[in-house]
Amino acid sequence: MSDGTAQAGALISFQPKWKAFGNSVFVKRTLVLLILAAVWEVAAIWQDNPIMLPSFSETAAALWEAIRTENLLPAVAVSVSVLVKGYVMSVLIALVLVALAVSNSFLREGLQTLTAMLNPLPAIALLPLALLWFGFGETSLLFVLAHSVIWPFALATLTGFQSVPETQRLVGRNYGLRGASYVLRILVPAALPSLLSGLKIGWAFAWRTLIAAELVFGVSSGSGGLGWFIFRNRNELFTDKVFAGLVAVILIGLIVEIGIFRTLEARTVRRWGMQR
Amino acid sequence: MTAQSKAALRSSPGDAQASPGATPQETVLSVENVSLDYVGEQETLRAVDRVSLTVRKGERLVLLGPSGCGKSSILKAVAGFIPVSEGSILLRGRKVQGPGPDRVVVFQEFDQLLPWKTVAGNVAFPLRLARKLGRDEARQRAEAALARVGLTRALDAYPHTLSGGMKQRVAIARALAMEPDILLMDEPFAALDALTRRKLQADLLALVKDIEVTLLFVTHSIEEAVLIGTDLHLLSAHPGRTVGTFSTGHLGFDDQGSPAFERIIRDVNGLLFSHENEAAHV
Repeated sequence: MSDGTAQAGALISFQPKWKAFGNSVFVKRTLVLLILAAVWEVAAIWQDNPIMLPSFSETAAALWEAIRTENLLPAVAVSVSVLVKGYVMSVLIALVLVALAVSNSFLREGLQTLTAMLNPLPAIALLPLALLWFGFGETSLLFVLAHSVIWPFALATLTGFQSVPETQRLVGRNYGLRGASYVLRILVPAALPSLLSGLKIGWAFAWRTLIAAELVFGVSSGSGGLGWFIFRNRNELFTDKVFAGLVAVILIGLIVEIGIFRTLEARTVRRWGMQR
Repeated sequence: MTAQSKAALRSSPGDAQASPGATPQETVLSVENVSLDYVGEQETLRAVDRVSLTVRKGERLVLLGPSGCGKSSILKAVAGFIPVSEGSILLRGRKVQGPGPDRVVVFQEFDQLLPWKTVAGNVAFPLRLARKLGRDEARQRAEAALARVGLTRALDAYPHTLSGGMKQRVAIARALAMEPDILLMDEPFAALDALTRRKLQADLLALVKDIEVTLLFVTHSIEEAVLIGTDLHLLSAHPGRTVGTFSTGHLGFDDQGSPAFERIIRDVNGLLFSHENEAAHV
């Protein structure tokens, strides 16, 4: 074939091996983390006041200590379980809202107006109201979580659906697809880059909102979450444990970002060439 | 008397019937006095004005005209994507109400392949969906169709790794595998470079002759129209009106440069780009 020049999945690297190694994302990231840790350690030694700024090694030790003796992992489990519950619920609600918006132009305007109004409103600003309505407990946490996830995710999803190429829509209709089947088989995969990025943004908002909300009151059903762990240790001036708690927040964020979202992206939108 | 010959009589007498020598075949598609309007914010714009045409089994009708003549609109109406404002479109005697897999469209755009499916997956997807084939049978039919267009190695590649010409080949394989009543092609080669276009035109022609595809083909290239079509349907612009019909079934790639070929191209040119539509032809 005369036009058969493009080869399937051929990705040739013209670099020598050591250079390719230095260019791998993993190596770069590890290097960045090591440099950060070193700067932190030096700054802490220079500052010489562990109550204001504990060193990296002290924080690492405190983290290990907290895991062993202070139930850090159960606290993490409490936070993550609330998070997953709120996140899944919010994503489902947002999908229903978007489905309605896609099918009806009045509802679409409605959703766009709501998103424009509520997206800039920090979820944590709704916490006093949530406490008034639902009291101290998980319901209040879920309420602010839902607020932090629904709007950005709905916005990303709606934008994604609206930017599906006209040709792909016509192809789907040409096959006789309509209604839910059309949405699931054409619109959702075609809008997957936006959907995934909406899920990612929603996840980040949810996580930070939850930790912030837990910092304010934290105890739900008798056991505190990660935010509460940080708050409690700050009150007792265990700054190294505060840092350990923050490190745990960051680690979980990284694990979800790299372990779940990056993997999903690599297996779908990147593999399909829909996103670089 | 068919609507097509009536329309043809209005502008150009004779020559509206099937290509010479062909036995009268069953009518696959008949477009009868169809008008298409685009409803804008301020005004309604008439894109196509009372056009009639007929495509019989095995015929390849090419809609040809300058941009703005509504040729793509007619194809989209036949596909069921846009409603007619007047007249009717019949597929095997049944009125076209909306899009359906009995009329598969090959578009000009490269992104007509679904990026989340492999090459074979793209071809098999409508077979499973609309023809209700099982996974294995759909895959086999897809592989056979792809082999026909010369793609046997890229089966499991994703579309973004293919060149433009290969993408169009996949789209053609996808359409042929569906064995539609009529294949609709909307300037499928317009976005390709000249060499690739040439190759794909020749391959398409060999393919549709081999398996006797009924084809409605839209192009703005006169040469392509004469090469691909058994019949030409010429349209004027703003709004699209029939200005004439030609029979070109006897002309193929080997006739390029021959006096007959040159004459028909000159005649078509004259019809399309002069306001005297009474010019003699063929």
